[in-house]
Amino acid sequence: MPLIEFADFSFKYVGADSLALKRINLTINEGEYVVITGPSGCGKTTLCRAINGLVPHFHRGYIGGNVIIDGINTRTSSVANLSSIAGMVFQNPSNQLVTLNVERELAFGPENLGVDPAEITNRINEIVELLFLENLLEKHPHEMSGGEQQRVALAATLAMKPQILVADEPTSNLDPKNAEHILEIISSLNKRGMTVVLIEHRLDLVAQDATRIVLMNAGRIVADGKPREILVDDICQEIGVGIPKATQVYKGLKKRGIQLPSVPLSGEELAYIVQEAVLK
Amino acid sequence: MIKIEDIHFKYEGVYTALRGVSIQIDQGERVAIVGTNGAGKTTLVKHMNGLLRPQRGHVFLKDRDTKHMSVAEIARTVGLVFQSPDHQLFLDSVEKEVVFGLRNLGYSAKEAEERCHNTLSRLGLEGFADRSPFTLSGGERKRVALASVLATEPKVLALDEPTIGQDAKQKKLLAELLSEMNDAGCTVVVVTHDIEFVVEFFPRTVAMSGGLIVGDGKTESLLSNEAIIDLSSLSAPQTTLAASALRKKFPEVSNRITSVSDLEEIIVRLVGGL
Repeated sequence: MPLIEFADFSFKYVGADSLALKRINLTINEGEYVVITGPSGCGKTTLCRAINGLVPHFHRGYIGGNVIIDGINTRTSSVANLSSIAGMVFQNPSNQLVTLNVERELAFGPENLGVDPAEITNRINEIVELLFLENLLEKHPHEMSGGEQQRVALAATLAMKPQILVADEPTSNLDPKNAEHILEIISSLNKRGMTVVLIEHRLDLVAQDATRIVLMNAGRIVADGKPREILVDDICQEIGVGIPKATQVYKGLKKRGIQLPSVPLSGEELAYIVQEAVLK
Repeated sequence: MIKIEDIHFKYEGVYTALRGVSIQIDQGERVAIVGTNGAGKTTLVKHMNGLLRPQRGHVFLKDRDTKHMSVAEIARTVGLVFQSPDHQLFLDSVEKEVVFGLRNLGYSAKEAEERCHNTLSRLGLEGFADRSPFTLSGGERKRVALASVLATEPKVLALDEPTIGQDAKQKKLLAELLSEMNDAGCTVVVVTHDIEFVVEFFPRTVAMSGGLIVGDGKTESLLSNEAIIDLSSLSAPQTTLAASALRKKFPEVSNRITSVSDLEEIIVRLVGGL
């Protein structure tokens, strides 16, 4: 059974002129790492909100078709119920943090889900270690930098032990080293079985971790496949999606009649492929 | 244009954001401020437009100590676009949002409306004038926040993480827009983690770490300095990484490659030299 299933799903926000999502059909199975990308305003965030029920229960509007999460129709379920299955990290972390210090923030979600207090302490300790939050525990979320808030928001979501992690540009406020670190953690959680749905513009950061890329434009899914297939497709340029520089070089060489044997997603991969080709 | 002398700033409680920062930015410069999370980058630009006042040290705008200037006066010179548009946007239509700032700076209703329309069309937001900012996507809201500052035509434009949530096309448009403003004499300062954006557009880079400036100079030389890359938690562009990996096998590959086309040339030569 698929974990996430969009069946002919459409959505229009109250007050908007056009549909944010137009007849979306998308099936995601357990254990996948799906990157959703596309130009700004294409419907990525709306799609993610539909996974944990914020659309249509919090953001209201016209709705067509269905979204089924782990067998539950989001139309008839509540956000509270869905959020224990699909945990969401928002684009703007300060909208998400509600309490006065980090420790309270991490306990807030599991407490609301009725998790046993001893188990909550265990989870907090585990997550504090995983995300290097020791120094932040006493801090007020609004005293923290954007990047620190983003790490805490991810931690608070993971504390609920969701089956699915839905993350809307979870590293946008982080410096490159911190971003790499967070993405490594997300990738390792995925390898341990967590299903990941992640929105990202900077594909150079996530293309290697993703098992699949879904490309959206103007409310529709316009391409869906393995990263090495999607990123060489001209549709990326057509709709204004930036591909990794290493992949750009691969495409540039191809235009000049030089066909490398495989598609690189990182600088190191490109160097390795070229080296093999030259030395052979 | 901006002269900052040994400023210190400590947020209420324990957190020291700036521990003695001095920097001078001349009129017409394009400067990128990079560095670790919590390095003090945002705190520094907030001092440039008077949102924060130094607890020690001085901030001068065109040789005037900002100590003797009101926030409104400073805002007329330095426009700051926040990292999160939601800290900036609060009205129920895009047009009202942009007009509000202009009216506050003393423009007539007619003039404000005219400037608003020019700015919106410049940013590709014509169709959004009557929409509520809260029905827009994160990337679109960011452009509205930019519009409300651009419309006031500040002499210095400071932007905190302007490329977050922007796709490749929007990023290019933003770079072109900033170029245009800069050509017209506007000084541009950005805080960013987006190294590709810095490499393409900013001749000068300032690197910060732990509330101090740890590097300040030409972007090209700063970003090829491993110690500074490390101290300020940056990562080198993919093209530079590919080139340095290739150099281990092929010593003729230069260590100063940052553009896609340069790397392509190198590979064509390597493959062609069979």
